[in-house]
Amino acid sequence: MNDTRPAWNPGDELESRTLSPITRSQLERYADASGDRNPIHTSDEAAQEAGLSGIIAHGMLAAATMSLLFSPYLKHGYVREFYARFSGMVYLGDELTVGGRTTGAKDTDEGCLYDFEVYTNRGEEGVASGTVGFLVYEDR
Amino acid sequence: MNEVVERWKALVGERSEVVSNVVEKGAVRKFAEAIGDLNPLYVDEAAAKKSRHGGLIAPPTFPRTLEYGEIEGVGLPGQGLIHGEHRVRYERPLRVGEEVLCYTVFKDYYEKQSRGELLGFVISERVGESTSGERIFTMEDTAILTPALRKGLEP
Repeated sequence: MNDTRPAWNPGDELESRTLSPITRSQLERYADASGDRNPIHTSDEAAQEAGLSGIIAHGMLAAATMSLLFSPYLKHGYVREFYARFSGMVYLGDELTVGGRTTGAKDTDEGCLYDFEVYTNRGEEGVASGTVGFLVYEDR
Repeated sequence: MNEVVERWKALVGERSEVVSNVVEKGAVRKFAEAIGDLNPLYVDEAAAKKSRHGGLIAPPTFPRTLEYGEIEGVGLPGQGLIHGEHRVRYERPLRVGEEVLCYTVFKDYYEKQSRGELLGFVISERVGESTSGERIFTMEDTAILTPALRKGLEP
């Protein structure tokens, strides 16, 4: 975790991260932890019956990957607003890259609220995108 | 307006009962492991206590895992819905160990033609409040009904 209180300027890029490929056991863990037991995320047969070419990851797991970008700064604030739009399916074996950039900053009573555009891509193709508002507390 | 739209538009504004949830430490740890983010603020009580937050907090996308109750008359298929969008706005971080009173509100239903197919869009709001009635977070989700699922809802 980062010890310096973060500050961003509009246009600043967040360091992108490439995650390890999606595995069956990861989806089973997420199904278990989230309570979303739709079998299209864990069973080949169920995925095929649903007309998919294979098991797909939970949309909310793709959303969670975008929240990882802010984990290093949680010591100094929290994710106040989070919006994700799912635009593509994520399949087993997919290697996802998450990233984003600062779009704005404004002072509030609690501290500085930074706005970001964020994305989750598979290669060049977007699978989810969204916006994040991260609040950095004032120094005490 | 077709019959599916008519029936669902009539439900806009309907609320579920309130369901009490506890943000369990074990559930948060499991969730943090599943999303690949064992941030000490999610899982390490001692470290979290010393932090600005004063204790463990839950990951931003955790609230989707809580129970929000059912709205009478909204018979959504249990399977096959496509998650289109997710939004959450926090008034403050969600704390591990706290009791959250949750409910859901039926926000909207509309339909759109997409590539020659009729798709249904269900917008639900899910709210979490503290036991003293203070709002903690508001979520809004869009679920997409495929033509096949939508057909099943026709009278």
